[in-house]
Amino acid sequence: MAAPLIQIHEVRKEYDDGPPALAGLTLEVRAGEALAVLGPSGSGKSTLLNLVAGLDRPSEGTVTVDGLRVDELSESASARYRRSRIGMIFQFFNLLDDLTVADNVLLPAQLAGASRQQARRRAADLLEFLGIDRFADTFPGRLSGGQRQRVAVARALMNRPALLLADEPTGALDTASGQDVGRLLTELNQDGQTILLVTHDTALADSCATRTIELIDGAIVRDVRAGGDVRAGRNVRAGSDIQAGSAVRSGGDVQAGAGR
Amino acid sequence: MSALGKVVRAGVGRRRAQTVVMTLTVLLAVTSSVLAASLLVGSQAPFDHAFARQRGAHLTAMFDGTGTTATQLAGTAHLPGVTAAAGPYRAVSLHPTLGGNARDIPVGLNLPVATVVGRPGGAPVDDLDLTAGHWATGPGQIVWDADRTPFRVGDRVTFPDVPGSPTLTVVGLARSVGGSADAWVPPAQVAALTEPGSAPEYQMLYRFAAAGTDAQVSAARASVVAAVPAGSMVSAESYLRAKRAADRAAATFAPFIVALGALGVGMSILIIGIVVGGTVGAATRRIGILKSLGFTPAQVVRAYVAQALIPAAVGTAFGVVLGDLLAVPLLHTEGSAYGTSALAVAPWIDVVVPIATMSVVAATALAPALRAGRLRTVEAIAVGRTPRAGRGRGHERGINLGINRGLHGLLGRLPLPRVVSLGLANPFARPARSATVAAAVALGAVGVTFGVGLAASLTGIDQGLNRESPGQVIVRTLSGREQSRAADPDAVAAALAGQPGTRRYFSTGQAQVGVAGLAGPTTVNAYRGDSSWGSYQMISGSWFTGPGQAVVPTGFLTLTGTHIGDTVTMTNNGHTARVRIVGEALSLSNEGQQILTDAATLSGLGARVLPESVRFDVDLTGGTDPKSYVDSLNAALRPLGALAEPASTGPSGTVIAMDSLAAALTLMLVAVAGLGVLNTVLLDTRDRVHDLGVFKALGMTPRQTIAMVVTSVAGVGLLAGVAGVPVGIALHHIVMPAMGRAAGTRFPAADLAVYHLPVVCALALGGLVIAVAGALLPADWAARARTAETLRTE
Repeated sequence: MAAPLIQIHEVRKEYDDGPPALAGLTLEVRAGEALAVLGPSGSGKSTLLNLVAGLDRPSEGTVTVDGLRVDELSESASARYRRSRIGMIFQFFNLLDDLTVADNVLLPAQLAGASRQQARRRAADLLEFLGIDRFADTFPGRLSGGQRQRVAVARALMNRPALLLADEPTGALDTASGQDVGRLLTELNQDGQTILLVTHDTALADSCATRTIELIDGAIVRDVRAGGDVRAGRNVRAGSDIQAGSAVRSGGDVQAGAGR
Repeated sequence: MSALGKVVRAGVGRRRAQTVVMTLTVLLAVTSSVLAASLLVGSQAPFDHAFARQRGAHLTAMFDGTGTTATQLAGTAHLPGVTAAAGPYRAVSLHPTLGGNARDIPVGLNLPVATVVGRPGGAPVDDLDLTAGHWATGPGQIVWDADRTPFRVGDRVTFPDVPGSPTLTVVGLARSVGGSADAWVPPAQVAALTEPGSAPEYQMLYRFAAAGTDAQVSAARASVVAAVPAGSMVSAESYLRAKRAADRAAATFAPFIVALGALGVGMSILIIGIVVGGTVGAATRRIGILKSLGFTPAQVVRAYVAQALIPAAVGTAFGVVLGDLLAVPLLHTEGSAYGTSALAVAPWIDVVVPIATMSVVAATALAPALRAGRLRTVEAIAVGRTPRAGRGRGHERGINLGINRGLHGLLGRLPLPRVVSLGLANPFARPARSATVAAAVALGAVGVTFGVGLAASLTGIDQGLNRESPGQVIVRTLSGREQSRAADPDAVAAALAGQPGTRRYFSTGQAQVGVAGLAGPTTVNAYRGDSSWGSYQMISGSWFTGPGQAVVPTGFLTLTGTHIGDTVTMTNNGHTARVRIVGEALSLSNEGQQILTDAATLSGLGARVLPESVRFDVDLTGGTDPKSYVDSLNAALRPLGALAEPASTGPSGTVIAMDSLAAALTLMLVAVAGLGVLNTVLLDTRDRVHDLGVFKALGMTPRQTIAMVVTSVAGVGLLAGVAGVPVGIALHHIVMPAMGRAAGTRFPAADLAVYHLPVVCALALGGLVIAVAGALLPADWAARARTAETLRTE
């Protein structure tokens, strides 16, 4: 079995005086996994993603990614970590309208100081691989939502990240485009790319995740491996309505127990 | 609280950084406006203002103390046409010598004859301004004229002519705008200062109903003369002479005060426009949300104008106070420069500047608020949200976006770090905002360029004028009053030649001659010895090399209508001598009616060099200490009746005054320009906070973020600085000659050509410095902003 790429240990995150966004969460994600994080609004999905991305720090606990203690990084080190080890895609693409598709894709390599020639070659390969090479000199505003998200994926993969983080990647797309992005993520994962996917979309999680967890009130209430086991989280409260539903692939083996 | 009130309060309170910037900007703008306006007002007829405030005397008359009585003189106060009078005061003319002093001036040095008047400080006419110390109220105390004094408060002055050689302490310095006396003592002190067998004179100070012209003052004087015993009026001085001298000084300074003042006021208006307009413009989306909640366009406009006026009012209030406080030393300096009493901030300035400022704030807030109020709600809400391309809000935006994209492409291909090329392209995304930054920086650059050039030119001119004392030591041949005759110049020369440390020297003496075509006597400075090392600063031509050649100031050429190469004829008691003008020198002495030539030129003219005017200028060998040289030389000179003293080498008070005025206003301009940049970059950073979040999510480090934000204004700053420098130079080239014309001289080209390449390069970078300094704070904020939060910002 592959070594854990992400190790989250007893992580707690609090904002001001409200209830914790994450309540002592522990989680391991192995290299090559595609983990979908499901949960209602306010369940802590985005907080989890931000902690893994080094965009935020936990109030307690540790976050280790690819052997690096992300929760201990300085702002500069955190930026270098993002640029070298992770790629991010967002619900609203977050492409820079003033830059062409090629320039958007080149940006992470340029920030990392990569050689111009190598970066251009890599960007061209990615655009071709993702089927958007004909839009290289186009500005993002002229593309459809699905095409924009493909550009965002190309940008995220530019520096060959160990981990791809996707925050509601289909949230702003129509059904066909959403399915298209789902297929793309699946293909990437099948090629060995580790993915952490935060979504409301259970269909997307079904289609491309190898493992799905569900968060409620900052705690894992369900952890389902494709073709494997289902473990209820330790913080499952009495009366919670937990259904395996579509998130559990056929043949899932449900186990009660601690979610760690 | 009403909904509108809550919106206004929240807008002011939540956007703390912008509220602080707006308050600070208005504060600085109001401060500099109060200062600039006060200086401008001060430059308008400063003598007249000071004269009116002091109720200066139109006529200062001295009467024989034996030929008339105090009662008779008091009666003249009621003559027709006399509106006010002060006196009679007892007055004596005395030869003072310098007593103990804290400086390095030799005790016993003779000072010019001084008119000492016994009177109180306050009076219905000639109400004196005390500039230092306190008024003389007891025995042994004296107050000296602030403008004609070698004294400082605490120094001692001796009157050796008076029995017992009384020594008084200078307890204060005062200024009489009309120059009614050299010193003042308590009335009871006069008797102790009167030589035996003589009666003190009386002084009367008059103000007349009509005293605008020489003729009117003469007529009023005649009526006074007619009212007192014949021949009892010894002298009478019209205020018009002092007024003309002061007006001339004011005219010299006015061009630069007007230029800097206008820059200050213009800058203030521009920056308020930038800050207020930018702040309201940046709130368009919030306005859209308010409208979607049911706010009417009128309510929106009211809310945003009020939101701008609240910090502006606070800034204005503090700005007026700060301006008034800073104006005290600045106007004092200006008053010194004009040679009049200290000026004061005109009360109307403290009223008009705040009203004008608040009006500018309201007007600049109104325009974007109206535009936002009229904007369709859905459009207003969409402003600043991403994605925004492809569906631009109109043709203009489409063009801007197109230009911006083209530039991004172009700059992206340059061999520059990506953060730099991203920053450089940013100004084109918001050309209007960039233009305002450019204007602020350019005006700042104009001010700095002008100020630096002015200071350099004035220093050069001052050094040029100091060439009138070129050596480190001056020897005067009339050293003490007990000396009835001036020292023999040849003996002094021999003493100098034998003194170790003397490198070279020459002597000058003054003679009065007539010059064909000129009314009145002309002063000739006759040189003996090699004066080539001590020549004046030349405007054109060269220093004389022998008899028959002369160097003259610009004023002489203007008065006589001559040019270099022309010959002028000097006359004296029927003798004539011709002298050829070989050079035009920088000199303001004798109003320019002066000839500098070799003493041998005068030999055929029979003109006598005034013995008391002879002086030696001495250059010392390297490493000689002037003070010990002077002490040693004085031991040799004392028996001859001559006195050596170190030449004063420091800058003149006038130059210090002008330099400090220029420095104060230039600093103010730079600070205001920097605030303008700060506010604009702050707004821009806020607008682009989501993009910054994306950059940071992609791995942009804090340092790269700062570099990108700073670069976003650095290019504009550099260009604006480069554009502002030639304007500043042009302003300098207009103002300096204007000042010269007012002073009656041309200035040497070397003193005007102060913008050497290294200076210009440094000044051109000044815009970059202002822009970078203004951008650093918001850049730091951008670098510190939490990425997760900025990504959520839309």
